[in-house]
Amino acid sequence: MGEVKVVGSSPSLFCYRIEWALKLQGIEYEYLKEDLRNKSPLLLKYNPVHKKVPVFLHNGRPIAESLVILEYIDETWKNNPLLPEDPHERALARFWAKFGDEKCLMGAWAALCAEGPEKEKAVETAMETLNYLEKQIEGKKFFGGKTIGFLDLVIGWIPHWLDVLDEVGGMKLFDAERFPCLHEWAQNFIQIPIIKDCHPPRDEMVAYFQSSRQYMLSLAAKK
Amino acid sequence: MADQVILLDFWPSSFGMRVRIALAEKEIQYEYRDENLQDKSPMLLEMNPVHKKIPVLIHNGRPICESLLIVQYIDEVWKDKSPLLPSDPYQRAQARFWADYVDKKMYYCMSRIWRNKGEEQEAAKEELIESLKVLQGELGEKPYFGGETFGFVDLSFVSFYSWFYSTETCGNFSIESECPKIVAWAKRCMERESVSKTLPHHHKIYEFVLQLRKRLGIE
Repeated sequence: MGEVKVVGSSPSLFCYRIEWALKLQGIEYEYLKEDLRNKSPLLLKYNPVHKKVPVFLHNGRPIAESLVILEYIDETWKNNPLLPEDPHERALARFWAKFGDEKCLMGAWAALCAEGPEKEKAVETAMETLNYLEKQIEGKKFFGGKTIGFLDLVIGWIPHWLDVLDEVGGMKLFDAERFPCLHEWAQNFIQIPIIKDCHPPRDEMVAYFQSSRQYMLSLAAKK
Repeated sequence: MADQVILLDFWPSSFGMRVRIALAEKEIQYEYRDENLQDKSPMLLEMNPVHKKIPVLIHNGRPICESLLIVQYIDEVWKDKSPLLPSDPYQRAQARFWADYVDKKMYYCMSRIWRNKGEEQEAAKEELIESLKVLQGELGEKPYFGGETFGFVDLSFVSFYSWFYSTETCGNFSIESECPKIVAWAKRCMERESVSKTLPHHHKIYEFVLQLRKRLGIE
């Protein structure tokens, strides 16, 4: 089905979700590692608008934005559908994917970078977003049902990345007592062979979030 | 059994307009309900408990939220008439990318222009003009973003056309002089009934913006 390449960078969770999708579909691909502090001409050529990773290349044609890429993979390689068939179920999967990225991930990030009196509020806001996911996963093994699907891949940053965000941010967003179903889902998710063998080393994530946090705090201090 | 389609919306909302255009393109009969966003209806709160926002499409009792997701849903369910997204997966991916770009930029920049003055407004203007130029570049010489036919990206973006006048007036600049091809494209879209009958007149939007600014204490 053609030549597939992924332009990516570890520990970007957006890049890992693409790799997981490709491995799930059994698609061979070449990974082109990008140094985001020194972006390559290739990246700037294939994603001139955002200049970000991941960029997906299929027979030389680029696609950017991880959720757009996932839908493309789903539509092009039909052996293992990621999205549900029913249009309403598809709309729901897309809704929660958007919520996961825009509210949960951004909420966790805001809590990571918050300090002082704002920290508590940011932490509570982030936990409220996770509560929505808790209710969604209740009674199900995976967001996709019996097997993982689109939404599991999109929310799949939680098991590894959220834990590190908690450590670096000095907080406990991913509270097992408050989110028992989400915790159980996370345990099931990371046991899946392709997920187990494909995630960034913890120290790499710690270093990344530590330096990102420092950078954000220094920007806030300048204001 | 006939489909029951209800749209919870708010007349000046560009997000709501997208759904109205899509429904018109597909010639779908529906009940329009205008929400008072200062006093949200129990139905809105029940159908969109997460965000409590419009638009919400309710199809046979089941809600769909988020304008671009609603448009995709409409395209997938009523697939036999006036396709909005291309059939080719790569073209579909490009359409989704550019609709997402419009989503990231238009409302964010425009609202900062009419809500602010001074430095914040200038920064927002710069960002908006830059984004419009990027979109103009993507449009190129094509009649529509989708090529020869009006489609998903056109629908996602033209819904902001009613707001151009208010944005220009508040920001004291001209979108047409910065991006003439964008305005030409918007006027071309307005030749379609689905668009011209959906988009409120830009003076009506401006009146609304003035009232909103008054309520927010901006002067």
